[in-house]
Amino acid sequence: MKPRAQTPSGDVVLRAVGLTKRFGRVVALDGLDLEVRAGEVHAFLGPNGAGKTTTIRILLGLLKADAGKATLLGGDPWRDAVELHRRLAYVPGDLTLWPSLTGGEIIDLLGRLRGGIDAQRRRALTERFGLDTSTKARAYSRGNRQKVALIAALASRAELLLLDEPTAGLDPLMEATFRDCVNDERHDGRTILLSSHILAEAEALADRVTIIRDGRAVETGTLAEMRHLATISVEAELAAPVALSGMAAVHELTVTGTVVRCHVDHAALDEVLGRMHQAGIRSLTCRPPTLEELFLRHYSPGRSAAGAGR
Amino acid sequence: MTGSAGTGQLTSLAFRRDRVMLPACVCGIVAVLAITARDLKVLYPAPARRLAVATSAGENPALRFLLGRLNGTSVGAFLAARWGVWGAAAAVLLTIFIVVRHTRADEEAGRLELVGSAAVGRQAPLIAALLAAVTANVAIALLTCLWLPALKLPLAGSAALALSIGGCGLAFAGVAAVGAQLATTARGARGIAIAALGAAFVLRAVGDTGPADLSWVSWASPLGWVESTRAFGSSGERWWVLALPLAASAVLVAAAFARAAGRDHSGGLLPARPGRPAASGLLRGPFGLAWRLQWGPLAAWVAGCVFAFAACGAAAKAIGSILGASPALRQYLLRVGYQATLSDAYLSALMLLAGLAAAVYATSAVLRLRTEETGNLAEPVLATATGRIRWGLSHISVAVGGACLLLATAGLSAGLGYGILSGSVSTQVPRLLGAAAARLPATMALAAVAVLLFGLLPWESTGLAWSAVALAGVITVFGPPLQWPAWTMDISPFTQTPKLPGGTVAAEPLLWLCGITLALVVAGLAGLRHRDIGDFGPSRLSCLVRDSVAGDPHQSNGPVHGSAPEQC
Repeated sequence: MKPRAQTPSGDVVLRAVGLTKRFGRVVALDGLDLEVRAGEVHAFLGPNGAGKTTTIRILLGLLKADAGKATLLGGDPWRDAVELHRRLAYVPGDLTLWPSLTGGEIIDLLGRLRGGIDAQRRRALTERFGLDTSTKARAYSRGNRQKVALIAALASRAELLLLDEPTAGLDPLMEATFRDCVNDERHDGRTILLSSHILAEAEALADRVTIIRDGRAVETGTLAEMRHLATISVEAELAAPVALSGMAAVHELTVTGTVVRCHVDHAALDEVLGRMHQAGIRSLTCRPPTLEELFLRHYSPGRSAAGAGR
Repeated sequence: MTGSAGTGQLTSLAFRRDRVMLPACVCGIVAVLAITARDLKVLYPAPARRLAVATSAGENPALRFLLGRLNGTSVGAFLAARWGVWGAAAAVLLTIFIVVRHTRADEEAGRLELVGSAAVGRQAPLIAALLAAVTANVAIALLTCLWLPALKLPLAGSAALALSIGGCGLAFAGVAAVGAQLATTARGARGIAIAALGAAFVLRAVGDTGPADLSWVSWASPLGWVESTRAFGSSGERWWVLALPLAASAVLVAAAFARAAGRDHSGGLLPARPGRPAASGLLRGPFGLAWRLQWGPLAAWVAGCVFAFAACGAAAKAIGSILGASPALRQYLLRVGYQATLSDAYLSALMLLAGLAAAVYATSAVLRLRTEETGNLAEPVLATATGRIRWGLSHISVAVGGACLLLATAGLSAGLGYGILSGSVSTQVPRLLGAAAARLPATMALAAVAVLLFGLLPWESTGLAWSAVALAGVITVFGPPLQWPAWTMDISPFTQTPKLPGGTVAAEPLLWLCGITLALVVAGLAGLRHRDIGDFGPSRLSCLVRDSVAGDPHQSNGPVHGSAPEQC
């Protein structure tokens, strides 16, 4: 399938700078920065209530930011909403469908509202997800409703896909199908913003990741970059005790007999391993943090947003 | 575990959820009865007048079709004829909504699944719903039984009328219980029960107006049983008829329990029909969607209009002789209708009601925008290449088209009903069509108020828009007879429309109305363009009002992080 993307790869498709949004006295976004480049799958991570959906609604021009600036496909999401929406597809997080319409009718309707639907893609995707399109929406299960929204969005051939928790309610088989579809879209050169709190999904799919907390981005970059900035977890069984407790670059040190467990800053890895080598290494495991560890660090109690993970 | 385990908790939950709606509806139904009884005493104080009315009313098939038979010439018999069938129908509607709300509606929404997983018997939700419905009907009967004797009506007749109305409600509690077991959706269950109510009305009407050898069909209708009890009848009440609704209720409830015991959760007898696997050419764009979502209710409104206005139009022929007997009523009608002749005044008042009905419809059609928005259904449409103005106009087009259709239907039906009986179809139909069309600007003005509110004060829009319609209705109906001052009357847009048929047409007020309507819509759409889309809390304006009333206890708190935009 030929890519229809008009933005050259690597250019910025979506940029938000200092987005702020309040609902009365509730602060939903507090100076959020976000940058998504053309052709990438960008995971937008945060727990419930962190501001993911609010950000996407601002990017869709449904909400007006109180402060900050957002640019989407070269336009202003509030001013140029209708023109921009021809070039993007959206799967809502709070998904409701018209109960009296069938799944097939909703897929066609949303496609037509967007300016046309690719009949062949619609057929292929319906088959792939195994959706019965003649059922009324009120009779669909949560997962089937999600399939309707996914097929409508994926069949559109839009340049940019905004997916807000797209796998909610899908079974593991359908989740795998969804991952395949996202990879196909990536190969076709489409850009995807994937809002999620399912970290395994983001780890498997995303080129770059932004983690938000309390309406602010606390970490952004490729997984490799984030790992590089974060500490490495080291577990070693040593022949003799080693003095590590004094080092500033060693965190969460636990010593059980001859087994040492700790997290080490990247720059100090040489020195720590050197000291262990002198003591005599019986066994050694070094591994970068998983996304889950990176993520949880920002949310563990007592950590401030600024100092987390460093 | 027995089938009824947990009934106590579910019943108190039902009463907790209905604690406002149930007493309000019960009191409303009884109050209408009592107020009518009081009015009838004032309007027809002399037995001779009542006898004259009874004779002419007895000759008019349209009145018998609408209201039923008159079984005497006392004030009580008049009351039983005026409100016996319709009061019972109101009690039936309340019963249907209560029963379905606590059975199939909860099941469809998935709430009963949660409840059923607890130590709750299979029959418990149905028992709880029936207990709530029985309570409502017993309360209606009891209050009627207390209130009517207080107005110096005979106790026996009051009791017979009260019990026949309550009994009719109980019979339909059984119908609704069965409907809730058969259909898989709440709408389907209500549809079955309301269709049964409609059938009961038609059977009764046919029995009352048809030839004598067809009068037995009234006995097949629970609404016919209300008449057949002959409350306040000149030949005494027929108490044994009260056993019929009780027996019917027992049979139907037993059938519902048998079905509930044997069926799957969320299963029914009537299968959910599959629909089209792909959208037709009509479902293209926001306008296609809005009409698709709203055509069902509109069709029901049109059907109701045909029925109601044809019957009321047909009744116009006899109106002179009936109202001539009561100077007070005659004066009331002349004031509301602003006409010289009584039949024109009646028809003018009728077309005013058509305008109000169309305004109620148009407001509900506009407020569908708000329902779509709060139900997260505006979001998927507005995330496509559909602008907010186009989306807003899509539902507004249903309001405008629907109101025009309803007014045309009302004018045509009333014209045919009156014209056929008076042998002047070719003059009455265009006359009444014109009279109905004359009310369109006022109808549109009220719908435009709803548009304005939706655009500027979304959270408050539903309540305020209905308040505006209610205010216009009260002023239009009660203002003229009570001779309210001109500035009060001018609040209702219907005061500005021509008093047709019979009155004169002035262009200036109509142009003003159209201009105001247009301005309101433009302002509302401009507001829609500039506000956030979604279900947020009260507007800043009503927060200010509330805080100034409550003294703002939150002032000192700092900003809160989170996603719930509920507070001010």
